[in-house]
Amino acid sequence: MRSVAAIAKRELVAYFATPVAYVFIIIFLAVSAALTFYVGGFFERRQAALDTFFTFHPWLFLFLIPAVGMRLWAEERKTGTIELLTTMPVTTTAAVIGKFLAAWAFIAAALALTAPMWLTVNILGEPDNGVILASYVGSLLMAGAFLAITSCMSALTRNQVVAFILGATVCFLFTMSGVELVLETVRAIAPAAVVDAVASLSFLSHFSTITKGVIDLRDLVFFVSMIVFWLFATTIIVNARKGL
Amino acid sequence: MIVMDGLSKHFGPVRAVDGLTLAVDKGEVLGFLGPNGAGKTTTMRMLAGFLEPSRGRAAICGFDVATESIAAKRRLGYLPEGAPLYGDMTCAAFLSFVAEIRGYRGAARRQRLAEIVDTVALGDVLERPIDTLSKGYKRRVGLAQAMLHDPPVLILDEPTDGLDPNQKHHVRELIRGMGKEKAIIVSTHILEEVESVCTRAVVIAQGRIAADGTAESLLARLPRHNAVRLVVPAGAADAAAMVLRDVATPQAVERLPAADGLVTFYVLAHEGAAPLAAVAHGLHAHSIEVDSLGVERGRLDDVFRALTAPEGARPEGTSPEEARPGRAGSGHA
Repeated sequence: MRSVAAIAKRELVAYFATPVAYVFIIIFLAVSAALTFYVGGFFERRQAALDTFFTFHPWLFLFLIPAVGMRLWAEERKTGTIELLTTMPVTTTAAVIGKFLAAWAFIAAALALTAPMWLTVNILGEPDNGVILASYVGSLLMAGAFLAITSCMSALTRNQVVAFILGATVCFLFTMSGVELVLETVRAIAPAAVVDAVASLSFLSHFSTITKGVIDLRDLVFFVSMIVFWLFATTIIVNARKGL
Repeated sequence: MIVMDGLSKHFGPVRAVDGLTLAVDKGEVLGFLGPNGAGKTTTMRMLAGFLEPSRGRAAICGFDVATESIAAKRRLGYLPEGAPLYGDMTCAAFLSFVAEIRGYRGAARRQRLAEIVDTVALGDVLERPIDTLSKGYKRRVGLAQAMLHDPPVLILDEPTDGLDPNQKHHVRELIRGMGKEKAIIVSTHILEEVESVCTRAVVIAQGRIAADGTAESLLARLPRHNAVRLVVPAGAADAAAMVLRDVATPQAVERLPAADGLVTFYVLAHEGAAPLAAVAHGLHAHSIEVDSLGVERGRLDDVFRALTAPEGARPEGTSPEEARPGRAGSGHA
């Protein structure tokens, strides 16, 4: 447990050692605000709600989360520090969790910095703060799931660009699997059970129920089990490929 | 403290390490020698728990490196090849991180960090990012990382690689100083290092042990080890040959062709002892002019080449038969 904390702390400091972290946060804040106001029509709707803000999160995360997570293991492998890390008295699981938590905390910090949006709607009207809180929790969980996928893809390669592309691709598949366009295609070639299975894996549908203010245990379990599954896969891959 | 039993690592069809059996005890500094690709780094990586052995087992202080890896890693300090480090961290932050991972807390951590910074002389660069340091400092940070928890076993992969002579000297002093209370394995290409810091040398070639012994016992494998080397002007060569015939058997005397007006003789040692006094006495009695006279120790480089070079590339004066060890590889020859 202590080693998880030590690794997470080191990793988090490493994020802020370069300007990348600040650039990321600025891009996230700027783009999420721009999408909300210009594409989402925040003012035109004349509603004190943040659903236009949260609607774009899956699409924003699709690119931003792989950008945060691509370095997690690829960089260790590239610089050879993976040999240092894996010969410390730390289990691979602890290292995987520590690194994940650091990146997740970083994303949480970026999300927390969107608080002015929440303040704005509270000044302009009387929003349902319960729904907004649920949406923040849902957004963070979804980010965690995207991040766990990226962590796994990052463990596959020593090239961060490859890790980013793999991460974004897999995240894209999990996002798109709930879109009607994709489901139509699946329906044409597969039985109904498969269609349901594909649809149920969609980040989009699970996230949208949460942002409507319905905290369904199934949605929470979905995101948490996604995180657990991909981190477990990361552990296996790191162990199997660390020496290669 | 370090035990390897039939340790093997195969990468596909390539046998990088092939049945290594070795034991290193407390107080021993083992020099691990071998050409590039002989399996040194692979062996060390298995000991450090970075690679899993394909066959056989290895243990650090009685803990199997594969099945009790965390316990083994706690007792081990490891400097990986090339000393990889987190370059964007400062020295102080990096060592503090290692101390935390190694279980040091609070005041004990501060004290231990101060000690180790003092030992490897890093005080001047503590607040600098590791990426900006010179190679020598980086290697010292790597050593500090390995020695931080004062482990009973140290495995150092080329600790002096790329250092200048002063830094090499410093690192060797460090290793020698620690050698008495620890079991240490040091891999190196530099054979003088073996003579200056190691109590024992193991030569590996193609993943197997080719020789195991002290630097002196390795030198003794050379046919000309402890031979008397006599150089006389070409004019006095025949007279000198007569003298040598009196002090040694004809088989023990080698005469090399004349070069630059000088002729070199080797009088091979008899039962390990150099017949220097007899040769000097004979030469003196016949008033033969001598260019130089001395005892040939031989060079570890020659032993190394004899043991590891491919056929046809062996140095003069050695042959595979003569150089091949009697008890190589503890039964794995």
